[in-house]
Amino acid sequence: MQKVAKLARLRLTDDELERFTGQLADVLEHAADLQTLDLTDVEPMAHPVPLANVLRADEPGPALGRDEVLAAAPSAENGLFRVPPVLGEEP
Amino acid sequence: MSIDLDRWEIVIGLEVHTELSTRTKLFSGATNEFGGEPNTHIDALTLGLPGSLPVLNEQAVELAIRVGLALNCTVQRSVFARKNYFYPDQSKNYQISQFDLPINVEGYLELPDGTVAGIERAHLEEDTGKSTHIGGGGRIHDAQHSLVDYNRCGVPLLEIVGKPDLRSAEQARAFVAELRSILVAVGASDGKMEEGSLRVDCNVSVRLRGSDELGTRCEIKNINSLRSLGRAIEYEAARQVDLIDAGERVEQQTRHWNEDEGRTLKLRSKEGSDDYRYFPDPDLVAVDPSQEWIERVRAALPILPAARRHRLAERSGAPLEQTALIVERGLDDLCLATIEAGGDATRTITHAEHNLSDERARQLSPTAFAELVGMELDGQLSATQAKTVLAEMVVDGGRPADIAASHGFEAMDTSELEGIVDGLISSNPGEWQRFCDGDGKVTGFFVGKVMKATSGQADGKVVTALLNLRKSS
Amino acid sequence: MSALGALGLAAAVRSGERSAVDVLDEHLARIAEREPEIHAFNELTADHARSAAEAVDRSVAEGRDPGALAGVPVAVKDNLCTRGIPTTCSSRILEGWRPPYDATVVSRLADAGAVMVGKTNLDEFAMGSSTENSAFGPTRNPHDITRVPGGSSGGSAAAVAAGFSPISLGSDTGGSIRQPASLCGVVGVKPTYGTVSRLGLVAFGSSLDQVGPFATTVADAAAVCEVIGGHDPGDSTSIPGAFPSVSDHLDDGVRGLRVGLVTEMMGEGIAPDVAARVRAAVDALAAAGATVEEVSVPAVSFGLSAYYLVAPAEASSNLSRYDGVRYGLRVDAPTTGEMMELTRTAGFGDEVKRRIMLGTYALSAGYYDAFYNTALKVRTLIRTEFETAYERFDVLLSPTSPTTAFEFGAKTEDPLSMYLNDVCTIATNLAGHPAMSVPYGTGDDGLPVGVQIMAPTLGEVPMFRTAAVLEAGLRDGSGS
Repeated sequence: MQKVAKLARLRLTDDELERFTGQLADVLEHAADLQTLDLTDVEPMAHPVPLANVLRADEPGPALGRDEVLAAAPSAENGLFRVPPVLGEEP
Repeated sequence: MSIDLDRWEIVIGLEVHTELSTRTKLFSGATNEFGGEPNTHIDALTLGLPGSLPVLNEQAVELAIRVGLALNCTVQRSVFARKNYFYPDQSKNYQISQFDLPINVEGYLELPDGTVAGIERAHLEEDTGKSTHIGGGGRIHDAQHSLVDYNRCGVPLLEIVGKPDLRSAEQARAFVAELRSILVAVGASDGKMEEGSLRVDCNVSVRLRGSDELGTRCEIKNINSLRSLGRAIEYEAARQVDLIDAGERVEQQTRHWNEDEGRTLKLRSKEGSDDYRYFPDPDLVAVDPSQEWIERVRAALPILPAARRHRLAERSGAPLEQTALIVERGLDDLCLATIEAGGDATRTITHAEHNLSDERARQLSPTAFAELVGMELDGQLSATQAKTVLAEMVVDGGRPADIAASHGFEAMDTSELEGIVDGLISSNPGEWQRFCDGDGKVTGFFVGKVMKATSGQADGKVVTALLNLRKSS
Repeated sequence: MSALGALGLAAAVRSGERSAVDVLDEHLARIAEREPEIHAFNELTADHARSAAEAVDRSVAEGRDPGALAGVPVAVKDNLCTRGIPTTCSSRILEGWRPPYDATVVSRLADAGAVMVGKTNLDEFAMGSSTENSAFGPTRNPHDITRVPGGSSGGSAAAVAAGFSPISLGSDTGGSIRQPASLCGVVGVKPTYGTVSRLGLVAFGSSLDQVGPFATTVADAAAVCEVIGGHDPGDSTSIPGAFPSVSDHLDDGVRGLRVGLVTEMMGEGIAPDVAARVRAAVDALAAAGATVEEVSVPAVSFGLSAYYLVAPAEASSNLSRYDGVRYGLRVDAPTTGEMMELTRTAGFGDEVKRRIMLGTYALSAGYYDAFYNTALKVRTLIRTEFETAYERFDVLLSPTSPTTAFEFGAKTEDPLSMYLNDVCTIATNLAGHPAMSVPYGTGDDGLPVGVQIMAPTLGEVPMFRTAAVLEAGLRDGSGS
């Protein structure tokens, strides 16, 4: 659970971890009943839309004004979004 | 720091990311432009605003198909997947990419030396924004804060993964150069490594020569030029060999190429790496290009560099390696047309390879070029004279006969030449004796004298031939 | 409550009989009176509404078409983006955030002349079945303020039930429109997946989410669907074409229609008084000429398990963007990594965190096949079984919710018991089919009971026809 919380960028207290682990275990236990089904030859359905090839023309669309957007930012500087030091390289 | 190549084999696989030359981004209508004020090429999806949705850019698919076909890939039905990880320049904290089902699979490209290098896949994905780290000399570890620009976030990328078929730094460089010329030829990318529209990551491993198994590989990032690519490979191969020789094992890791220091440095361990939790993006549907679309793209593909090399080699009789430079310079069409117009193939190729490095050479008239080559073979022009005339044709155009005349290059009368040679033989008996005894160095003495006497208009080869004729008679 | 539904009001405004401003004032007065005890809204937008109403009146005065819903007040769930107006998803992490654009459904409503009176409360990020998960306090059921209105679109359901607006918009991922509609005694529709644009709907479970209306009448619900629905090129999952024209068929009746009562949805978990109302509905339809039979759709029993893997998985990814970098809450820290962690920990409530954890786990290496991928296969199974059922039936019936409205705090200790509220509604989201809840009398406690009508993909016409007959039956007393 601790690893999962890290992956999700959540910081849980020991108490919360314990509580969540128990609650999630309940849900996952029910998920186990899915394993009893015979799913050979069943294709996974990522979404119920039978569409393919939804494309748009390579034309510019409505842009967002930088000032409007940066005004809503928690911290901005010289037209850029400002964040605390980013340690660690990009994956 | 070179390794014993009799004992060791270097195995290289390259991952190349290229930005595609579309007007707008992969999944939204924000503009795809290099440079510009920060955060001016953005929209809701670029910033990952709540409620924003991706819609796929048709031109990006078109270009992906073009590149896929140019790389002899199979173009197939593909699905977009989310690659989940947190980083501030990834505005949704997931990247829309392709995982299980990429658009292009199983292709290859041919290097100028004839080697065939396999391509595993080429798929579409979004680019990230850029962060700059302020304070601490710009180094990420000493920064006080970071600033993020999302202009590049969402730009379409094609990730091309080569199979580990390359065996040397030269081959790796050739691979990238060839790939770049293909990308430029089909109009998919401007291929500028310096501007970041072409990025190369390199996987290097070593193994004992003769072994079938692959060694542990390391991924090297931050390679910004072909030269760096070569240097990085050689450094890394040597580093790995040293480790193994010292009895240690090579750890699978991502390493950073430091250009200034000329070495690779460990970034992070790849073992136990980030869990990206790939799953099909539920906001997008599958891309399944019709056969009709694919054939249309195939039919419209230009002749690619490898095909050009082969074509030139076939029609000119020149060996394949000799054609590489000519094709690279974009002079193969000229050569073919010149040969078509009657120019001698071998001479044409030789001129193209050695005497036509100027960019303007492409504008040369094939008929004029053919005429020049003809004049040279007739003996009307010496090799040196021909070179001069050619150079002038490149700059100013014109007919070779006119240019030769204006320089006063005239056909050297053979009897006149014979007269001069005979005169020199009689006035230089000592040197002539040495020549007849087989002293090759004296040839230059006579040729030089003839050149002086004819103000450089004699053809050195003709003179040498005459000398030999006299010697044997 | 106004005797005139939305269509009646629109007709009055279009004809000039009433002014939009007057209609608005009437509703604002009702809001002022009962909103303090109900808390349906996160934000009232009276000024915005007044400008819109005035614009409608100007159109009418100038002889221009003011739109099909001219002057009709509408409440909008606070997970739909409204330009310049706070859109919080009832979460601290988006508190005060003002979107720079309108959701497609919001602009379509505005183009039709509707007047937005406010943004309604919901379970945080639409995760919940009672609106108790809102970071800004719960909404109360107008029929009994000690009880929940259902969720996640509790605010939108309550707004219509309390007469604050004749129509409202909600979103439905696992039942979040239908269940609150049932608990609040109003009509609630989840259209076929892909018929209503999701552009501007803050994503929760992208392959399950659909926007839909609450209304006091079936005809009003149909009208709203037709206004907000139809292809949107800005949403890649939007199917081509206009929304099915249901309004034209509302009076078609159900003679000859084949109705199936889903066995697995009438089992032990359903309260007897609820089951009784569903059987009464079935009888009413039979009396109106439909053929009715029981039908088994076994895969339905696995719907909850599959849903509670698929939805959180998608949500865990959709909610990754809330990290304090570009908008919303930021809790400062010495590094960005920590900042993101602290922001998300402070900004998300417990249920959201639980689902993010569950979803992250279901997708993680080593578990993808066993959990997420398996759930997707079960999804196919559910859809296939429904489609087989629809070869023999035009519509399927079931209860919407296993019980009537429960008391606050009754299910908050045990998340699993809360999830069971969705047992009847969830399967249709997985299948992508349409479904709606029609109020059909009350339970033993006098609280509203809703009957769910389900239909195949783009089967909105038979679905609405059935709903209209049930509604008419109740009206004229034949459905008790």
